[in-house]
Amino acid sequence: MATEAKAHELTVSVSPHVRGDETVARIMWTVNLSLLPAFIMSVYYFGPRAAFVTGLCILSAVLSEHFYQTSLKKKSSIGDGSAFLTGLLLGLNLPASVPFYIPIIGSLIAIVITKLLFGGLGYNVFNPALIGRAFLLISFPKLMTIWSEPTAQFVAMDAKTTATPLGILKEEGMAKLIEIFGDKADLYTSLLMGNRAGSLGETSVIALLLGAALLLYRGYITWHIPFSFIATVGVMAWALGGNGGLFTGDPIVHLLSGGLILGAFFMATDYVTCPSIRKGQIIFGIGCGAITMMIRLKGGFPEGVMFAILLMNCFAPLIDRGVKSKMFGAVNVNKEQKK
Amino acid sequence: MSKTATFERGIHPKYHKELASAKSITQAKLPLRIVVPVSQHIGAPAKPAVNIGDEVKRGQAIGSTTGFVSSPVHSSISGKVIAIADFPTSAGRMVQSIVIESDGKDEALSFIEHPDYMNLSADEIKTLIKDAGIVGMGGAAFPTNVKLSPPKEKTIDAVIINGAECEPYLTADHRLMVERPREVVEGLKIIMKSLGVKEGHIGIEVNKPDAIKAMESAASGESNIKVWPLEIKYPQGAEKMLIKAVKGREVPSKGLPMDVGVVVQNVGTALAVYEAVRFGKPLIERVVTVTGNGIKEPKNMMVRIGTLMSDVIEQCGGLVEGAVKVISGGPMMGFAQWTLDVPVVKGTSGILVLAEDEFVSTDQYSACIRCGSCIDVCPMGLNPSILSIYSEKGFYEDAKANNLFDCFECGSCAYVCPAKRPMVQFIRLAKSQVKP
Repeated sequence: MATEAKAHELTVSVSPHVRGDETVARIMWTVNLSLLPAFIMSVYYFGPRAAFVTGLCILSAVLSEHFYQTSLKKKSSIGDGSAFLTGLLLGLNLPASVPFYIPIIGSLIAIVITKLLFGGLGYNVFNPALIGRAFLLISFPKLMTIWSEPTAQFVAMDAKTTATPLGILKEEGMAKLIEIFGDKADLYTSLLMGNRAGSLGETSVIALLLGAALLLYRGYITWHIPFSFIATVGVMAWALGGNGGLFTGDPIVHLLSGGLILGAFFMATDYVTCPSIRKGQIIFGIGCGAITMMIRLKGGFPEGVMFAILLMNCFAPLIDRGVKSKMFGAVNVNKEQKK
Repeated sequence: MSKTATFERGIHPKYHKELASAKSITQAKLPLRIVVPVSQHIGAPAKPAVNIGDEVKRGQAIGSTTGFVSSPVHSSISGKVIAIADFPTSAGRMVQSIVIESDGKDEALSFIEHPDYMNLSADEIKTLIKDAGIVGMGGAAFPTNVKLSPPKEKTIDAVIINGAECEPYLTADHRLMVERPREVVEGLKIIMKSLGVKEGHIGIEVNKPDAIKAMESAASGESNIKVWPLEIKYPQGAEKMLIKAVKGREVPSKGLPMDVGVVVQNVGTALAVYEAVRFGKPLIERVVTVTGNGIKEPKNMMVRIGTLMSDVIEQCGGLVEGAVKVISGGPMMGFAQWTLDVPVVKGTSGILVLAEDEFVSTDQYSACIRCGSCIDVCPMGLNPSILSIYSEKGFYEDAKANNLFDCFECGSCAYVCPAKRPMVQFIRLAKSQVKP
């Protein structure tokens, strides 16, 4: 019978039979794209060396994922853009002057140890790029804290090194920081544009915000983590960051310096390692902000964004257990029980 | 347009309603044979009331109820019973079915009419509805008379007619509201009468402006019936979501609409109720949307219950080359068919044929990246992500502790999942492994 012949060609599967267009690869590649402005600014300020460092990170991240998976006879997942993103983020978190083996070691730690050994994308507990960077900072403290002065000419940097704004703030205070940059307005402008020493991709706040706007527009990230993270940093800097007692700190310097903007929009929002319930994300963001400021104000390091996010990564599963979204019909049940 | 009512969360799938929304309902050809499963509803299956060789007429009961939550079945043609045996059904199970071969005469029983139907008592109405074999025609197929007989301690104050038709592609309810609005309103009035309820509502998504207009004008003389334009959002037509949109009430977890004083009935059910009470006509035909890019001529057809899907598809020009999937119902909650020799039953709202360009393979999926998209869309406020992960790992009790049984499998989570995880499949698996 004709219908029977046709019947054998019919596909049978569980509903729903239609799906949306979103894919993991599209999300990851969009995030990569959103970091393009920050990458361009890093090359602008720190010269071709910036492109070399970041490129080497990406290359070693992608290759290590590919060869790890193929050597285990698994399907290579480099097409999903997540290894590329890890490499890109690691690169943007490194100083320009690091020797070539630093990006390679960092990427191996990030991809193989932090991500693949835990089961691959979706199973990692910590943000891979940040573990890579933390490993490097602890293993090569000297190399990881040599900060070149930005040249702002797309040219190779000279040998001049300097301290980051947060480093100056910690060691020499606010007055000295303002003095180095000219006046307060110059300081803010330099911080906003990225004309200051620091990790490659963290310096240009304006470029980062441009990328963040794309992610917010596409709905790939929401305001919950970045806003609560940044707001907490701002409030704590204002309240506790001044020399003249409570509420004399300069929140703007803290907001525009260090890796806050890069961390809050692009790293703390990593799906796998942050809570997935929106309410929980606010707790997560506040935690990140608080730990950042504790390190910046009282800790041994001038900057605390990386450790703050990594510490809060530990709490993400716990937050997801404790914070539940409001279930439909749950309120009525409670009311009924009270009756 | 004024502010439209809706519920929280949900999704905006591609609707593809244009394929059939302008097609008037046409009468399907008299089938040569029908296959009538004795169980087309939720509850106890009917018991065959005929024997092989018996002659039956259109409208004759051929299966009788076996309990309170049960429903009789009727022959939709006149002819001879040629078999009573297990046949495949669109829900994927083998069900005892009565096969009748047409004598080509299409002779009907004489039905008992009630021109003064609004003077009937509530019990008389419910008996007529029960005897007509009416069940919810939106898909779930719960016996209507049972829904109209809530326990005494439950006070019902509102009836809502579900004209949301939020499933993509389907247009059966849409066409009924456009073409037979007056009868739907009369059906609603009968249902209200049977429940002693003063308040009637009709909820329609605003992507059916002609249906809203038709229903508004049909209900214009009824001060206690209100038409609600609803936001276009899936699953707006789910009972709980509809009640939330129209009445602002939340059916409690594990509860029923009657727990918040509401009874919801589908548009097609309202029409069937009217025909049963006014004309004594049992539920022997229904509107079926035959649609999708995999069908040559999409149509809305009045099809006799028991007609084989293959028959219906043939009357719509057949399948196109490369049709890959045939679904009974809509694309979000319908059942994929392995054979077309299954009958149209009381709950069959559509026959959807997907062509290659509409087909999504669900073979490949990856680990959950915990993006939270599913949590953002779940109309029940669940965490589908964690449910799917627990189920995948075999932690069924943990899934249950995360409100597994509040999921009604609307598929919104699977629709948005970027990792293309088979969320509904995972959830059904977990449901099958633990007791509610």
